[in-house]
Amino acid sequence: MNLTLKIWRQKDAKAKGGIQTYQIADVDPDMSFLEMLDVLNEGLVEKGEEPVVFDHDCREGICGTCSLQINGEPHGPDRGVTTCQLHMRKFKDGDTIVIEPFRAKAFPVIKDLIVDRSAFERIQQAGGYVSVNTSGNTQDANSIPIEKEKADAAFFAATCIQCGACVAACKNASAMLFTSAKVSQYALLPQGKVEATKRVLDMVEQMDKEGFGNCTNTGACEIECPKGISLENIARMNREYLKASVV
Amino acid sequence: MAKSALLKSSLAKKYWMAFTGLFLCVFLVGHLAGNLQLLVSGEGARDQFNEYALFMTTNPVVRILSIVTFVSILFHAIDGVILTINNRKARPQGYVSFRPSTNSTWSSRNMGILGTVILAFIVIHLVNFWGEMKFGGLDNTMYTTANGDEVKDLYSLTIMTFQDPEWGLVWAFGYLIAMIAIAFHLYHGFGSGFQSLGLNHPQYNSIVRKIGVAFAIIVPLLFAIIPFYIYFVLETI
Ligand code: HEM
Ligand code: FES
Repeated sequence: MNLTLKIWRQKDAKAKGGIQTYQIADVDPDMSFLEMLDVLNEGLVEKGEEPVVFDHDCREGICGTCSLQINGEPHGPDRGVTTCQLHMRKFKDGDTIVIEPFRAKAFPVIKDLIVDRSAFERIQQAGGYVSVNTSGNTQDANSIPIEKEKADAAFFAATCIQCGACVAACKNASAMLFTSAKVSQYALLPQGKVEATKRVLDMVEQMDKEGFGNCTNTGACEIECPKGISLENIARMNREYLKASVV
Repeated sequence: MAKSALLKSSLAKKYWMAFTGLFLCVFLVGHLAGNLQLLVSGEGARDQFNEYALFMTTNPVVRILSIVTFVSILFHAIDGVILTINNRKARPQGYVSFRPSTNSTWSSRNMGILGTVILAFIVIHLVNFWGEMKFGGLDNTMYTTANGDEVKDLYSLTIMTFQDPEWGLVWAFGYLIAMIAIAFHLYHGFGSGFQSLGLNHPQYNSIVRKIGVAFAIIVPLLFAIIPFYIYFVLETI
């Protein structure tokens, strides 16, 4: 298939940047979206032009490194997949595809389609851990009984791959889905209860400091999340935070 | 830390938004119950409504509730404006192509605009009725009810406003527009308020959602019927 690509090009963090249009021919419908960009880049390199810079690592939908706002949606029109798992068969011959970086004040563009998502890292560092004594006498985790429902919900929250699609999709560039998934995965488990109060206060404080927006409960994040992280987590974070603030 | 967390943090703003918003939902039901008495016709109607208005302006519990309502509207509006501005700032550079309609409702994305329409309505509404009642020229039209209470005749003011041959329908349509704004505001807001307060449970979510949609349709609809009923159906006074 033949496609028109409108891609955001930006030399560096300070440059203004803008959309550039490229034609690409003979795209195989079985290619992934990133493979299609690889083909485009090979062509650009052959012509002596700068290739389009984009983030990727595992290319199997588990690392959360790939990003891209494709035709106005993070990770493109398909549901429940990352950009690396999006296939070109989702598009039609002759389509125009607009490709932009994730946009948020807290995710500044580094170059072309790559943004700096280290704000997520700092939120995680603010409290997304449990303190465990690892000096050789670590307890077997399975010796602590956990309700099946809670274990499942914690595991589901922990499937968040920190890609940032929630922020990209949100009209407010809010990071509540991400932060709440990280709060939830610990808050639900006995090991995480010990530090629960401080965790939620610190993580929300960091989230606010990074300049993310607030949550209007539009639900866009949940729908665009490649892992289907649920809004239930945001409600849980709201409860945890309320509890932590009053006591 | 904990104290400032309940005032300044992003989540605190949402708690206040949800708390005041849901309180205003309760207020709407109370207000509607009062307004529906305007559908009664005959001379008894004037007495009933004016006695009710007298009760609403003198009863101490109602007075406290009305102060809480005013404060809630103020808080809700100011907080709403702050949130909307902060949220815009969180994405200084927008997308060339953004398709939010694929993942969210129009109402949920336009709460600020809907709120502004509602606020404009509340101001006009207060000037027309509450202001007249409290400070205005209604003193000239004192009315004595069957019980012998001498009251400001809010009933006649309301009926004459909406039966005015030139402006009655204009007021009624303005009122309708405001009620449509409230309907859309609550179509998202009702359920959203529960979520903001952390009240989300898989077993009850769909019920809350359904009650919210029903509330968003029924309450503004009943409000909106009244001025048209007064204009088209009720005998002129
Ligand atoms: C009858 C009057 C009103 C009622 C019953 C009402 C109710 C609500 C409710 C229940 C919510 C959801 C709260 C949440 O998501 O946690 C809400 C949100 C909102 N309201 Fe109102 N509201 C009213 C008037 C207003 C006014 C006058 C404004 C003026 C600006 C306003 C602005 C907003 C905004 C901006 C939001 C969304 C905030 C956000 O989540 O980002 N509302 N309202
Ligand atoms: S590259 Fe790892 S998830 Fe897409």
